[in-house]
Amino acid sequence: MVLIRRFEERAGQLYGMGQIGGFCHLYIGQEAVVVGLQAELIKGDSIITGYRDHGHMLACGISSKAVMAELTGRAAGISGGKGGSMHMFSVEHGFFGGHGIVAAQVPLGAGLGFAHKYKGDGHIAVTYFGDGASNQGQVYESFNMAELWKLPVIFVIENNQYAMGTSVNRASSEDQLYRRGESFRVPGLQVDGMDVLAVRGAAKLAVEWVRGGNGPLLLEMKTYRYRGHSMSDPAKYRSRDEVQAMREKSDPIEGLKKLILEAGHADEAALKAIDRDVRDEVAEAADFALETPEPALAELHTDVLLGTY
Amino acid sequence: MPQILLPAMSPTMEEGTLAKWLVAVGDVVKPGDVIAEIETDKATMELEADDGGTVTALLVAGGSEGVKVGTPIITIAGEDEAETPAAAPAPKATMEEPKAVSLPERETPGDDNAPVAAAPAPDIAPGTTRRQTVREALRDAMAEEMRTDQTVFVMGEEVAEYQGAYKVTQGLLEEFGGSRVIDTPITEYGFAGLGTGAAMGGLKPIVEFMTFNFAMQAIDHIINSAAKTLYMSGGQMRCPIVFRGPNGAASRVGAQHSQNYGPWYASVPGLIVLAPYSADDAKGLLKAAIRSPDPVVFLENELLYGQSFDVPEGDHVVPIGKARIVKAGTDVTLVSYSIGVGVALQAAETLAGLGINAEVIDLRTLRPMDTATVLASLKKTNRMVVVEEGWPTCSIASEIMAVVMEKGFDDLDAPVLRVTNVDVPLPYAANLEKAALLKAEDVVTAARAVCYK
Repeated sequence: MVLIRRFEERAGQLYGMGQIGGFCHLYIGQEAVVVGLQAELIKGDSIITGYRDHGHMLACGISSKAVMAELTGRAAGISGGKGGSMHMFSVEHGFFGGHGIVAAQVPLGAGLGFAHKYKGDGHIAVTYFGDGASNQGQVYESFNMAELWKLPVIFVIENNQYAMGTSVNRASSEDQLYRRGESFRVPGLQVDGMDVLAVRGAAKLAVEWVRGGNGPLLLEMKTYRYRGHSMSDPAKYRSRDEVQAMREKSDPIEGLKKLILEAGHADEAALKAIDRDVRDEVAEAADFALETPEPALAELHTDVLLGTY
Repeated sequence: MPQILLPAMSPTMEEGTLAKWLVAVGDVVKPGDVIAEIETDKATMELEADDGGTVTALLVAGGSEGVKVGTPIITIAGEDEAETPAAAPAPKATMEEPKAVSLPERETPGDDNAPVAAAPAPDIAPGTTRRQTVREALRDAMAEEMRTDQTVFVMGEEVAEYQGAYKVTQGLLEEFGGSRVIDTPITEYGFAGLGTGAAMGGLKPIVEFMTFNFAMQAIDHIINSAAKTLYMSGGQMRCPIVFRGPNGAASRVGAQHSQNYGPWYASVPGLIVLAPYSADDAKGLLKAAIRSPDPVVFLENELLYGQSFDVPEGDHVVPIGKARIVKAGTDVTLVSYSIGVGVALQAAETLAGLGINAEVIDLRTLRPMDTATVLASLKKTNRMVVVEEGWPTCSIASEIMAVVMEKGFDDLDAPVLRVTNVDVPLPYAANLEKAALLKAEDVVTAARAVCYK
């Protein structure tokens, strides 16, 4: 969580310096969701998400250098500089993107689950999407097929309360999003997405259910993003006080830190050391991302097709 | 005495096979009784009696192929005229000569082949080619690839239990089972996305759209998810998927069901776009498409499904990206694809009578396009007409004209002309539809114009 937080802060700074172009959607505030879920997955499981994807990549164990270098559009980026913030993939890590079209990852994720079931490899797919995406028709087309065919898929709605500038209640006739699977008989759970242990507990249950061949499950993670929708969003649709209150009362990192200290798993010094290591790693990633070269111009024409015709 | 005429059972049906009579002369039928099985190019249908009465004559023998729509097939005397004896009128004789050898067993979809195969093609050396419809060739292509590669599966609406809305997947469910031949709900956006995800996950899906008109609902996944991912991932993530189904105008189905999407998909880098005309190319290219590591849009044509061609036996694979010279010629080049090739060939025949020897090129692949073959032909004939069943604006024809302008200008002895559908949504009325669609006469006129004859 700390790595994601510091990485995203640094990405925000690089964006401000004009080193990252286009759209850049930060995950700050939502870290507990992906970290809690990933803790219950095993190698070979597939995950897929939308464009707010940096945190997911780091949680999958993809190097912070490769992600940061993609943000700066360099050849050493995970997509060779051709994808950018919203389009990153690592087949090796079971990370299938990084998709820029809202909710497109939902049927794609169901398809990944379909492939696991078809191959009978015992693995599952986790598809993350936001509260905004949850109003797209293809989400329900996917719920229907996933339940009909009992696909091993966990649908995770990261409900950060705002679809860009539109709050959930202004956009959703049923704002209890965990109930959105009901008419397809997809069971749903609502989880405190600011509490990494609650997320992990729910993930454990969900993974067991889905891996056990019971079909899909829907997890609504109640979370919050501290920053705007993207770097270019002034976030005038909510008050500073609202954000501040959330940071102070529910921050996932501070919350876990308190628990760790109370239970005596580590002391302040040990946590500070982690923080320092993370800062070093992120600084190194940022330096690398700024120094490493842009893609060769010849790369413009590669990777369009695999075959030669 | 009321006669029943062979009815049209689909928008494109012009003739059918009277597979089997279920009544005999002298039988009394009630309204709604099934009296015969009629086989169309798409399905075996039951024909019901509208009115009750006594069957007095069967005018067409069971097993007869190629019975034209509108042919009287049975007479049923109403109750008042029921006395009319079974001793029946003249045409009864036709019943005695069964034309086809053995037809009726069509219900078992898996049993390899439909009528054409059952009647052996006598004049062709065995083991080299056989006469097949485009529909059968497509089915065989899928079946053969599914036999050799376990990761290949078919999904779409009505592909399994119904045996295919246009019967293209006939028999596949029986051979490969429900885990590889999958009926989907009517949910194009969803299953196109699901199929694409499955391809990313290591499978080789064949996604059938009942028609490409419905793929409009799914086009986001075809383009944004399937075509762009390899590039956006810096070459890491492959998406070997085939999207296939009928494309272009069918017959009298109106504007929303009659559109050629060839130019749309052919404009997208990252896609392979195929649009074959003949059964042999349909088979060979579909096999190549399934084997391709790239996403493929495979455009079929409903009106071609029932047409027969010679198809090589064995593992017949046609290379992607290669046009075919269907007819060699010297005076003018007619470039086309899909159903337009038939129109071009028809025009070439007329032109031959006028002393113009036309060369006909079937592009077969719309992307990547074989411009070398087009330009080589132009070098020979110095005149070109593009023939396309589709709209003229931003079309494949426009593209070819641009290529010729850029790379073949010095070979041109006349401006390139295009003959296409009229630039309107396709109308329903028979006369308007005919007026809107591509016509061989217009190709002849255009070819004469570029030859200044």
